[in-house]
Amino acid sequence: MKFIVSILLIALLSVAACLYLPWWSIAIVAFIVAALIPQKPFKSFLTGFIALFLLWGLLSWYISSNNNHLLAHKVSLVILKTDSPFILIIATAIIGALVAGFAALSGSFVRKS
Amino acid sequence: MKILPLIISAAVTTGLVITLNTKLLLPAPLGKLLSPQHGIWQNAENANAGFNMDLSFPLLKGKVDVYLDDRLVPHVFAGQENDVYFVQGYIHAKFRLWQMELQTFAAAGRASEIIGDKALTHDREFRRLGMGYAAEISLKEMEADPRTKASCDAYTAGVNAYISSLTEAQLPIEYKLIGYTPEPWTNLKSALFLKYMSYDLAAHDDDMEMTNAKSYFSAADFDLLYPSKQDSLDPIIPKGTIYAVPKVSVQKPAAADSIYFQNKDMVGAQDDKPDRENGSNNWAVSGAKTKSGKPILCNDPHLGLNLPSLWFEMQLSTPSFNVYGATFPGAPSVIIGFTDSCAWGVTNGGRDVRDYYEIKFKDDSRNEYWFDSAWKKTEFRIETIKVKDKPDYVDTVAYTVFGPVMFDKSYSGIKGVANDKYYAVTWKAHSPSNELLAFNLLDHAKNYTDYITAITNMHTPGQNFAFAAKDGDIAMRTQGEWPAKWKGQGDFIMPGTDSSYMWQAMIPQDENPFQYNPERSFVSSANQKPADSAYPYYLGRNYPPYRGFIINRKLTAMSAITPQDMMAMQTSNYDVFAEMARPIFLKNINEGMLDATEKKYLDIFKKWDLNNEVDAIAPTVFSILWNSFDSVVFNDEFKKAPAAIAHPFESSLLDGILRDSNYKFVDNIETAQKETVKDDVTAAFKAAVTQLKILESAGRLPWAKYKATEINHLTKLQPFSRLDIAIGGGTHCINATKQYHGPSWRMIVSLTAQTEAYGVYPGGQSGNPGSRFYDNFIDQWVAGKYYPLWMMKTGDENDSRVKWKMSFTN
Repeated sequence: MKFIVSILLIALLSVAACLYLPWWSIAIVAFIVAALIPQKPFKSFLTGFIALFLLWGLLSWYISSNNNHLLAHKVSLVILKTDSPFILIIATAIIGALVAGFAALSGSFVRKS
Repeated sequence: MKILPLIISAAVTTGLVITLNTKLLLPAPLGKLLSPQHGIWQNAENANAGFNMDLSFPLLKGKVDVYLDDRLVPHVFAGQENDVYFVQGYIHAKFRLWQMELQTFAAAGRASEIIGDKALTHDREFRRLGMGYAAEISLKEMEADPRTKASCDAYTAGVNAYISSLTEAQLPIEYKLIGYTPEPWTNLKSALFLKYMSYDLAAHDDDMEMTNAKSYFSAADFDLLYPSKQDSLDPIIPKGTIYAVPKVSVQKPAAADSIYFQNKDMVGAQDDKPDRENGSNNWAVSGAKTKSGKPILCNDPHLGLNLPSLWFEMQLSTPSFNVYGATFPGAPSVIIGFTDSCAWGVTNGGRDVRDYYEIKFKDDSRNEYWFDSAWKKTEFRIETIKVKDKPDYVDTVAYTVFGPVMFDKSYSGIKGVANDKYYAVTWKAHSPSNELLAFNLLDHAKNYTDYITAITNMHTPGQNFAFAAKDGDIAMRTQGEWPAKWKGQGDFIMPGTDSSYMWQAMIPQDENPFQYNPERSFVSSANQKPADSAYPYYLGRNYPPYRGFIINRKLTAMSAITPQDMMAMQTSNYDVFAEMARPIFLKNINEGMLDATEKKYLDIFKKWDLNNEVDAIAPTVFSILWNSFDSVVFNDEFKKAPAAIAHPFESSLLDGILRDSNYKFVDNIETAQKETVKDDVTAAFKAAVTQLKILESAGRLPWAKYKATEINHLTKLQPFSRLDIAIGGGTHCINATKQYHGPSWRMIVSLTAQTEAYGVYPGGQSGNPGSRFYDNFIDQWVAGKYYPLWMMKTGDENDSRVKWKMSFTN
């Protein structure tokens, strides 16, 4: 239960934070949520990782499909040198997931004594 | 608390954030760029996105309604004259902000601020040419005129209203990828943009290359290679026109022959130049030649083709004027278009208005220079160029009575070689003028008188203005403020120690060649020489004669013309240069010396219908053959020439051979025997086939594949560009589409009671590569098709063409 609640909280609060703050506010959100809801370090890492993997993956996929992937084709070529909206979406998801995952891991160590 | 794991994992997290937020380890700040709520995903416009908006700005005097049609063309209806420019600025910024800013940074010599020291030479070149200096002079003139100042102030306020509303997420994608943010717009930026157009259209002289040619060749050879006469010239104002006695007479300095024309100094410096093919076509036919009995006006300015396009289509409407056409993101007004009563279009005047003078400084401090038998004090302008990630670069430019000393020991140009001389530049774009007023008044024009009053404000870049009105008038005026020059003045670098070499006067505006309702019932221009030798002022040397020739031949033959006929003409791929040149090859080639493959290509060339069509092979054969022939004829003479030397004009070789089968340069001076045209043609053909075979194996023989037209994004990022565009035409065709240049806006306006207008440009209204409106006009343009241009009227608000509405209130 804690696990699911953490994931949902991290995802929802990340959306809210990013409305006003820079993108890396997802790290602050994951850190705080993991610090307030104590779990084992690896589980905490997973909550941050899964929350942002799903959030950024689904958000970018949703935006991109509404755009018929027009821009994702071009930008994947610019940034990744390969024409693949799918890889660009996965890259987005993994970047968010890693940052939030490690931030949540850090948060979990605050409570573990 | 587990201190050590906490420290380690917090460090990993911080490291990750820093890595993903900067370019320290990655080629791009991937976290910032890919965040779905901040980065590039925010630029992926919904394919069904709407553009309805309600906005409120206290700076507006009243209400403004903007109706966007299905092509995203805004039709702006304002109750007050200046409100329309506020909204024009807002909309330009909304759809094209990044491009507007980049162009003005480039114009000001500030590109290094954005892209780093790889732009430093560009920035130094532009600063030394005095681009900022010219824009400041122009701004003073613009702000001295209340009408222009009001329109610019409103425009600038509109752009800034948009910029200040921008969030990080809404920034155009290029800012995100390069990593910077927009600065506020100013009236100076509009002035800089206009100077950029002056550079593009009035800075393509070859004074340095011509100086070296004059020094390298004998006077007789020079006249053969770079003649001031072109046999195919059909001037803008027809031959046989009688001109009044000139009001201004200029004196050639007494010693010019010995110290100027016979001077044999070589030049190491070399200026950067815009493409010399920045040309265009325009023509107007009177009712006598049309099916409707009313005039038709056509224009297609040929410029560098880029994405986002230079042009943005708009209708501006207020109680005092109503105009539709192509606008420049970066400046108020419509530039090429039509009102309820008349239409106008421009081609480049192409006269030499940039001259160089060799300055003699007393010493390396450059504090004093020798002028009219005395030492004169220099003024200095300190140019501080900010460079991204590097310390500022400070360039101190000396200013003389002639203008800025562009080239010196520290700077010899992008392509120049070591140079220890000083060259000052006199450029017409440095003198005060207010070109925006010309367009502001044209947007209000109702008749011929209004048109003349408006365009006399156009000084630089000089343009050939075609005009047609519903009252039946047609006209053409070669408009600009041009120096009256003695024959040969400024063709080469001039002595800078003596005021007698300076420009002595300007040609009076009423002596600019023009035509008003001519007997032949049409007017036209295509960058050819404006007048024949009867015109009393010196017009310079090198103008492209061929497009003008074919346009006049076609218009002379046409009658009962419809807009559809004009579309066919504007997109014609007929190569009249090839028509004149082919007989030389067919008459002189020695078929006995050709092998089977060479005969195959000769056969293709013989059977060619002279159209440069997409899939045709013959235009490729001709293009390579002509270059090969040019090399066979001239390579021997140019072998030991300095690198920066003017190449003989295309018309010089063609006219030379047609005039005289024993054309002097046909003989190879490196061999004992005397070569003839036959020898050269056959050798050129064999060499051409060697190249054609390579192209054939690469599958690039068809004309469009060989020509490879592309429309590049301004960053040259390939995924944002359109490459390998299957379009015909070429340099000498009316459809003058080349690799990077071509018809940047095709417009046809039939001035019937209900205006019937068509247009298309190779781009799209949105500058966002993530929008469906980014490049959606290109396929239509490639196919030679047009969109009807809709002059919306009050009462049309519920027309099915209106898709979205933006309401502006105060």
